Amino acid sequence: MDDLWQGMIAALRLIGALDADLFEIIGRSLYVTLSATLIASAIGLPLGAWLAVSRFRQRRTVISLLNALMGLPPVVVGLIVYLLFSRAGPLGVLGLLFTPTAMIIAQCIIITPLIASIAHQALRDLWAEYHDLLISISTSRSTRIRTLLWDGRRALLTASLAGFGRAIGEVGAILIVGGNIDHVTRVLTTAIALETSKGNLAMALALGLILIALAIGVNLAVHGLSRTERTARW
Amino acid sequence: MVDLLPLSLTNASVRKTGKTILGPVSLTLSGTGTTILLGPNGAGKSSLLRLMHGLDRPASGTVHWAVPHDIAHLHQAFVFQHAILLRRSVLDNIAYPLVAHGMARKPARAVAADWLDRIGLTPHANRPANTLSGGERQKLAMARALIRAPSVLFLDEPCSNLDGQATAEIESLLQEAHTQGTRLIMATHDLGQARRLATDVLFIHKGALLEHGPADRFFATPQTPEAIAFLKGDIVL
Repeated sequence: MDDLWQGMIAALRLIGALDADLFEIIGRSLYVTLSATLIASAIGLPLGAWLAVSRFRQRRTVISLLNALMGLPPVVVGLIVYLLFSRAGPLGVLGLLFTPTAMIIAQCIIITPLIASIAHQALRDLWAEYHDLLISISTSRSTRIRTLLWDGRRALLTASLAGFGRAIGEVGAILIVGGNIDHVTRVLTTAIALETSKGNLAMALALGLILIALAIGVNLAVHGLSRTERTARW
Repeated sequence: MVDLLPLSLTNASVRKTGKTILGPVSLTLSGTGTTILLGPNGAGKSSLLRLMHGLDRPASGTVHWAVPHDIAHLHQAFVFQHAILLRRSVLDNIAYPLVAHGMARKPARAVAADWLDRIGLTPHANRPANTLSGGERQKLAMARALIRAPSVLFLDEPCSNLDGQATAEIESLLQEAHTQGTRLIMATHDLGQARRLATDVLFIHKGALLEHGPADRFFATPQTPEAIAFLKGDIVL
């Protein structure tokens, strides 16, 4: 319990001191994870909608695969991205290893299946509801997808936030591809890992509490902006 | 308006979970007017409508329009027994078919506003559609179905849950569509409504088409014992 208290006090002190390094790390965490969430949503949400409206032979296989990929181990993803972007790797010429961009790519790979799968679950029910009408109106497949994405946007927000939640707390992949370089690729989770290994538990805990507060803050902000749960709307 | 008729079904049947629920049915629909599908619950009226519209595929036999199927489908609309509402405002629900077929949002909403006025829902334009009452929902569905001026309009018991006032409003919309040249094909088990609207009648029982003929002849001299019993108001089993 003592450690917890000390951590909280240290956290407050850190924030109170307006420590520039701390805010840099928080900013980078947000930049990496929000970018990854945006890109993964841009891929995953339409993919989920496409799976909801399409009927093809291997559909079940694709959905099972997607569900399996939700549990993709971040360390392995990190390793693969590392190999791809390392100097000798096929994408080595891009020089992206140990940059925030590589971290964004790794997180995208981790959360896209998660976002697509949750989106598919949500939109499948909406599609069952809309099916007859949209078939009757002779809509094209892209119109159906766009209609589902728009009318299901509140449910899709949950999918994106789940992706954000997984990415913001993720450490395995970004540690490998980012390298936890001070002022370059250090983010909250990698800083926590470092401080813990240094035995600086109070600091680690302080950063951890800030991370949790950040995750809650982003969720509240998004819900506030999109006005979910406010009125009896869909 | 594109002439889609005659529509001909040849030995068409519909199967659901291994059971034949309709057919085989052979019939031809042509000309103008209002075709009424009559029959007790579960007779196969909805299945026949869905088959003709192309929502269900025939398990056997064929469904042919005078034009290729895709084009025919483009000029049809369907009003379901329970209105399917999009999670949008009333106005956007009505504008949807226009937007889905490429019209820009603004002119589409202008046309929809016109229809909204016609069905008396203008004060509700910006409310979410699911806050409407049953009668209002069905009027919304009618406006949405008619907004692209379909050549053929299918209706599956659109008034089954409505009171007299709402039914009268729906029927006047139907009369108007009819004078605009829309061919109406409607299922009902309301005999009064059938008598008011029908020019010809399809009588269906247990998935089989028992009678097909002009309305006055059907109501005056039904041929089958099932139709006689149905018209007398007996319970047809």
